[in-house]
Amino acid sequence: MTQNIDRDLQRFKHIVKGKVRGNLRKYVTHGEMLGRKGREVVSIPVPNIDIPHFRHGKKGSGGAGQGEGEVGQSLGPGEPEPGTGEAGSEPGRHVREVEVSLEELAMMLGEELELPNIVPKGAETLDAVKDRYNSVSQVGPDSLRHFKRTYKQALKRQIATGQYNPDRPIVIPTRDDTVYKSWTTVSEPRANAVIIYVMDVSGSMGDEQKEIVRTAAFWIDTWLSSQYRGLQKRYVVHDAAAHEVDEDTFFRIRESGGTRISSAYEKISHIIESRYPVADWNIYVFQFSDGDNWGDDNNACLSILKNHILPVSNLFCYGQVESPYGSGEYLREVRHIAEIFDNVTTSLIEDKNGIYGCIKDFLGTGK
Amino acid sequence: MTISTYRPLPAEIRAIQDEMEAIAASYGLDFYETIFEMLDYEELSMFAAYGGFPIRYPHWRFGAEFDELMKGYSYGLQKIYEMVINTDPCYAYLLSCNSITDQKLVIAHVYGHCDFFKNNAWFAPTNRRMLDQMANHAARINRYIDKYGHETVEEFIDACLSIDDLIDPYAPHIVRAEAKERTSAIRGDETLQAPERKFQAKEYMDSYINPPEVIAKEQHAHQQLLERQQVNRSFPNRPERDVLQFLINHAQLREWQRDVLSIIRDEAYYFAPQGQTKIMNEGWASYWHSTIMTGHGLTDAEVIDYADHHSGTMATSPTRLNPYKLGIELFRDIEERWNKGQFGPEWDACDDAHERERWDKQLGLGREKIFEVRRIHNDITFIDTFLTEDFCRRHKLFSFAYNDENKTYEIESREFEEVKKHLLKNLTNFGRPVIRVMDGNYLNRGDLYLQHQYEGNELKIDYAEDTLSNIQKIWGRCVYLETVVDDIQCLLTFDGHEHQRAPLIKN
Repeated sequence: MTQNIDRDLQRFKHIVKGKVRGNLRKYVTHGEMLGRKGREVVSIPVPNIDIPHFRHGKKGSGGAGQGEGEVGQSLGPGEPEPGTGEAGSEPGRHVREVEVSLEELAMMLGEELELPNIVPKGAETLDAVKDRYNSVSQVGPDSLRHFKRTYKQALKRQIATGQYNPDRPIVIPTRDDTVYKSWTTVSEPRANAVIIYVMDVSGSMGDEQKEIVRTAAFWIDTWLSSQYRGLQKRYVVHDAAAHEVDEDTFFRIRESGGTRISSAYEKISHIIESRYPVADWNIYVFQFSDGDNWGDDNNACLSILKNHILPVSNLFCYGQVESPYGSGEYLREVRHIAEIFDNVTTSLIEDKNGIYGCIKDFLGTGK
Repeated sequence: MTISTYRPLPAEIRAIQDEMEAIAASYGLDFYETIFEMLDYEELSMFAAYGGFPIRYPHWRFGAEFDELMKGYSYGLQKIYEMVINTDPCYAYLLSCNSITDQKLVIAHVYGHCDFFKNNAWFAPTNRRMLDQMANHAARINRYIDKYGHETVEEFIDACLSIDDLIDPYAPHIVRAEAKERTSAIRGDETLQAPERKFQAKEYMDSYINPPEVIAKEQHAHQQLLERQQVNRSFPNRPERDVLQFLINHAQLREWQRDVLSIIRDEAYYFAPQGQTKIMNEGWASYWHSTIMTGHGLTDAEVIDYADHHSGTMATSPTRLNPYKLGIELFRDIEERWNKGQFGPEWDACDDAHERERWDKQLGLGREKIFEVRRIHNDITFIDTFLTEDFCRRHKLFSFAYNDENKTYEIESREFEEVKKHLLKNLTNFGRPVIRVMDGNYLNRGDLYLQHQYEGNELKIDYAEDTLSNIQKIWGRCVYLETVVDDIQCLLTFDGHEHQRAPLIKN
């Protein structure tokens, strides 16, 4: 019998998920999730998951109530169910909040965008196996006997059977009382992939541009995290100079100044060379900029890119965000390179709505 | 059919049941056999989600309801104490974690409901074998699911549920002579002879009761109506409130869809009297749990628990009249007035406050009167007949209205007439808009024309449009709804693709 409600509940949850999926683009492009980073579960408001009926609106509505108060006194803007007609029988149309894990959202995103499941180059995913003593067992070697638990168990038994004498508090464990420490084997998958996110935070990048970059980066990050366990991430921001920052800073920083993309590239190659030997690591680079680079810097950039970054990267993505000052030249340069290197992908993000397309451009290739 | 998980009651509760049943019967309460079951909260929530029935057809809305009940419970926002369903025998469910005092109270309360179900006239046409019926509905819908697919059937149920309140709650009590003539107009085989509508009267009174000129006028009007219908081939002959029945009869549906729609309609009619008698039913049950508990049931140790629970049930909030509270107080008021003889012309004529205060003819008719009231009234006639000015003042009732400028609800009046008017208005048609089918062949092209009976309260437009979409799904052709939006008479239209709203120009 309870199976019936289970069935209906599952069906309901399925529909909720469907709604989430249907509105995915909205959730993805609005950047509301960014603040929720770090928590595994996000709650998402899902409207309209009710059966519509003809109902009265507020206008002209009213009813009868009970209690103190002068004529004209406000009873609040809330949504009182007018009068007694519907008292208790109907919960009204709520906006439901559903909890969805980020991983689930990422999977949905993947399905919606038809992103391929990524197979890391070289398939060098190692699983390390480790034993953890985190459970107990009825059998085991004496060396693993759990004294405290054993005596507790014995005490419990003696009290329960009335053998315990508080005046002569002797506790003698029997064979059945003995408890042993036990272990479970946990595998710690060690995926050796690193993502390096690069963001241009120069003056020409307005708040909206940075927001777009962060949102795009967030979802790329979420998707890749669902694909790789134990993914490593590095964050680089640059204006005329580049800095490696932590995740939190990356998603919050405000900077301004000129733009020298080569500074970021130098930083990237330094990070790769010093910490992520290419033999062991899948390396992904996502760079976002408005493309407004110092003119004489482009050659330096391309040189580092071609000689140091692209040869070692699985994928290099360049996303150019249009800014109020127009779109920079840099995109064209990278596109030239893309003709030579097949691990280069570019995307032009016109506005917030472009985030969706950008994710598809970047990850759809599955490199 | 028996409920499959039936578990016998613990002896302790069984003893309380026997005791309460005997006390209830000694007061003259009259009920079908009542079977109690103890459930944990999850099970109780499941029953509640299913409207009290162990077997319902599959639908996500039950899951949604269950989810909400469980969440409300786990966040400590709400708690169901008891459920009872209108069947013969009556089934009632107790919450296993309740205290003994609560169980007593609930059992006494349940006997009030059971008596009400059996004796109130508005429940008379309901199916007392609804357990079987619900299971039967479930079997039929499951069969359709197997045959046509889950999504297809569910989608259609969604559309049907969207209009499950477009019924005529009075229909089960009316035998309509012209039930068969519904489609005759469209076939065009009806003679244009208007029926002679005369009331029965003694011959010498006939010209007064059936004035010839009025009869002639009516016949003429009817003649014209028929002629017009003949030209337009429109139907029904008169506005139809039972929209579900109309759709069952005339919509372009496949057989299984027609059957699903009729299942939804059956269940809607089954539950309708509970909506029509909420105040009375809860008031009556509360009256009896209170009478029984304070008179018999309580031990000294239980008084505080009882008082706490009882007062919780009776709590009021400004914008929502508590049906338990309003009901029990009205029953008590009626009992007192009929005990003291505070009714009739003499009482009404007395305007001396002092005298009214002391008025006691010691008639002792109170108990008898409330039994009569519980038999024949529904909430509307209950309030209309027994809500008095004194009562309104004593219980601080007021009317409130939405202030469009301030976007808040405000206390509008404490005048008796106003309060009563608002109360009755909110009880009429369960406080929901009345929608009627005006024409099933609108513009002579099979479109469906509906009319919202506007009484100063506008529809929520987004809901209305969504609902209209669902009706269109069922009807199969364009649907229209006449209503008022922003004080202007409007026609909402949905043709299956887009919604339109245009001011209505009547010719």
